[in-house]
Amino acid sequence: MQTPFLMLSTIAWRNLWRNYRRTLIMLLAISVGVWAMIWMTALMRGMVDQMIKGSINNLLGHIQIHAPAYRDDPSIVNSIEPPGPELTDSLNRPLIKAWTSRIRVPAVISSERESRGVTLVGIDPAAEAALSFLSESITQGSNLASADAPGVVIGRKLAERLETRLGKRIVLVSQDSDNTVVDRGFRITGIFEAELQTTELAYAFVGRDRAQEFLNMADQVSEISLISDDYRNLTHLLENIQATAPDLEVISWDQVDPYTGSMLAVMDGFILVWIIVVFLALSFGLINTLAMAVFERKRELGLLQALGMQPGYILLQVLIESVILLLLGLLAGNLLAWLSIVPIQDGIDLSAIGEGLELAGMSSILYPVVEFSDIARANLVVIVLGILASLLPALRAARHVPVDAITRP
Amino acid sequence: MYSVSCRRLCKTFQQGELAVHALADVDLDIDAGGFVCLFGPSGSGKTTLLNMIGGLDTPSSGEITVAGQRIDQMKRAELARLRLKHLGFVFQSYNLIPVLSARENVEFVAQMQGMGAQQRKHKALTILAEVGLQGLEDRRPAELSGGQQQRVAVARAIVSGPELVLADEPTANLDSATAEILMKLFVQLNQQHQTTFVLSTHDNLIMNYARRLIKLRDGRIVEDIDQT
Repeated sequence: MQTPFLMLSTIAWRNLWRNYRRTLIMLLAISVGVWAMIWMTALMRGMVDQMIKGSINNLLGHIQIHAPAYRDDPSIVNSIEPPGPELTDSLNRPLIKAWTSRIRVPAVISSERESRGVTLVGIDPAAEAALSFLSESITQGSNLASADAPGVVIGRKLAERLETRLGKRIVLVSQDSDNTVVDRGFRITGIFEAELQTTELAYAFVGRDRAQEFLNMADQVSEISLISDDYRNLTHLLENIQATAPDLEVISWDQVDPYTGSMLAVMDGFILVWIIVVFLALSFGLINTLAMAVFERKRELGLLQALGMQPGYILLQVLIESVILLLLGLLAGNLLAWLSIVPIQDGIDLSAIGEGLELAGMSSILYPVVEFSDIARANLVVIVLGILASLLPALRAARHVPVDAITRP
Repeated sequence: MYSVSCRRLCKTFQQGELAVHALADVDLDIDAGGFVCLFGPSGSGKTTLLNMIGGLDTPSSGEITVAGQRIDQMKRAELARLRLKHLGFVFQSYNLIPVLSARENVEFVAQMQGMGAQQRKHKALTILAEVGLQGLEDRRPAELSGGQQQRVAVARAIVSGPELVLADEPTANLDSATAEILMKLFVQLNQQHQTTFVLSTHDNLIMNYARRLIKLRDGRIVEDIDQT
C-alpha cells in the first residue's frame, strides 16, 4: 500500500479551512509569536553587539598582544619589542583589517586646578583611525597629526573635571623604564567626546613616539592591537599569530574583558530561553486548536480507519495539518519581522533613557542585528516543538476505536 | 469456502456495573457470494455482529474468520489492512469525508490500495455513473442529497472490488425509490462479481432481495431462513 501523502495533505489543507476563524486566530498567534521571537532577538542582539563593538572600539580591539605579565601589571616594566618580521607578516595578512602598536601606561594628569589618574595612551593616529573611536570623536581642535605630534587629546568630561580647555597646558606624570618618575607638559590640541563619559575620563592620548621618548622606552610598546572581520570567529587567527609570537601573550577581546565576553554567551542563552517561552505560550493555543479539530472529527477519523487507513496515517494526517499551520504561521511571522526590522535599520533613538543605558555600557541609539542563526533557531524551535506539541492530539486521533467513533454519538 | 465464519462469538459491553450481552454464542457461516440480511428488533445485536465481521470491534470471546483469516486476534493495523483489501462498508449515515468531492471520496480507498491516478479516476467516474451520479462527481457531500450521498458511499464501498460488503441499514435514510435503486445495484454486483453482501435492516423491502435471512434477538440467532 502506498502512502497516500498527497491525499492526506489535501484532506489536511481543506480541514484547516473548515473552521477558518479558528485557523486564522491560530495563524495570527503563531505569526505574532514568531515575529516577537525574531524582532526582540534582533533588538537584544543589537544591544549586546553594540556593547561589544563599543568595547572593541574603546581600545579593546579583537586581539591584543602583550608581554605575558602585562595584564597583571600593565606598567612600563612589561613592555614588548616592536613586532619582528615574522609577526609583522602575520599581522599584515588579509584576514586582519587593521593593527597598531600602542603605549599604554598609568599616569596622572594635572591642570592648574585639578589632578586625576588616567591611562596615558601613545598612538600612531594614522593606524589608530581604523581601530578605535578617537579619530571620529574629536569635537574641538584636531586629532594628533602623527605619532610624533606634540600635544595631547583628552575627553570633554576630563577637561571639565580638570577645569581646563582646548589650548591650555596640562602635565602628565608617570614612571619611565628606569622606574624614575617623569613629568612633561603637553598642550591640549584636541578634545573628544565618546559615547560613554567614563571613556572621556579615562584616557589621555599622545603620539606614540612622543610617549616612548617621554618614558625612555626606546622603541618598545605596551601592546599590539588588531581587528579582523568578525569578532566572533577568532580562534584560527589567534593560533596563527601565537605561532609567530610564542613568547608573547596573544589573547582575544573576551579574554581581555571577560565581562563583555560573557555578554555574548549570556545573550545566546537568554535568546533561546525567550524563544522557548514565547513558543510555550503559543503552543497551548496550538494544542487546543488541534485537540478541538480532532474532537470535532472523531467520527470522520473513525471512518478513515474503517475504510482501511492505518492508524499511523491518521496520526500523519493530523500532523500534516499542524505542519501546514506552523509553516503558514512561520511565513507570516518572518515576513512581519522583516517588515518591522527594515524601517529601524538606522537605529532607534533611546536618548530619553540615555543615562541609564550608559550605566549599562550602551549608547543611546539601538541598532537591530539580525543573524541568520537566530532566525533559523526561532523557526526550528517553532516547527520542531510545534510538531512535538501536536503529537498528543494526533496520537489521540490515531487511537480512536473505529466503532466508537462511527456508531456511537 | 466460507466468506465469513463465526464460532461461539460473544460481545459484552459494560455499562457501569451492568453487563450487556450484545452477542451471545453466535455461530454463523456465510458462503462466498452470499446475499444475507440480518434483521431483528432494536438492540438484537445486528450492528454489533456487522462490526465484528468488519473488524471494527473486537469480540469478548469466540472466533471470527473473514476472507480466510482469523480476525479476532488481529492487531489494529492488520485489521485496517484487511478492511482495505477485502471489505467494503456502507453505513447508515453515509459517513463520507466532508472535505472531499464525490469523486475524491470514491477514489480514496482506491488510492490507499495503490491504484494509479488515471486508473482510479476512470474507475471512480465509471462507478459514479453506474450509481446514477454522473455530472455530480465534483460536488462535496454537503451539496448532495441524502440519497446521493448514500450512492457515493456505495460507490466507495465497491470501487475496489471487495470480496465482502457490509451494509448497516443502508436504506434507512432513503426514500423507497432510491432504496430500490440501491438494492438492485447490490444484487447486480452480487450476481456479476460474486461479491458477498451482509446487510442489517428493519426494512421488508431489503429483506425481499436477500437470499438468506438471519433473525437475531437478544444477541442470539433465533431464525435462519433460506429464501432461494
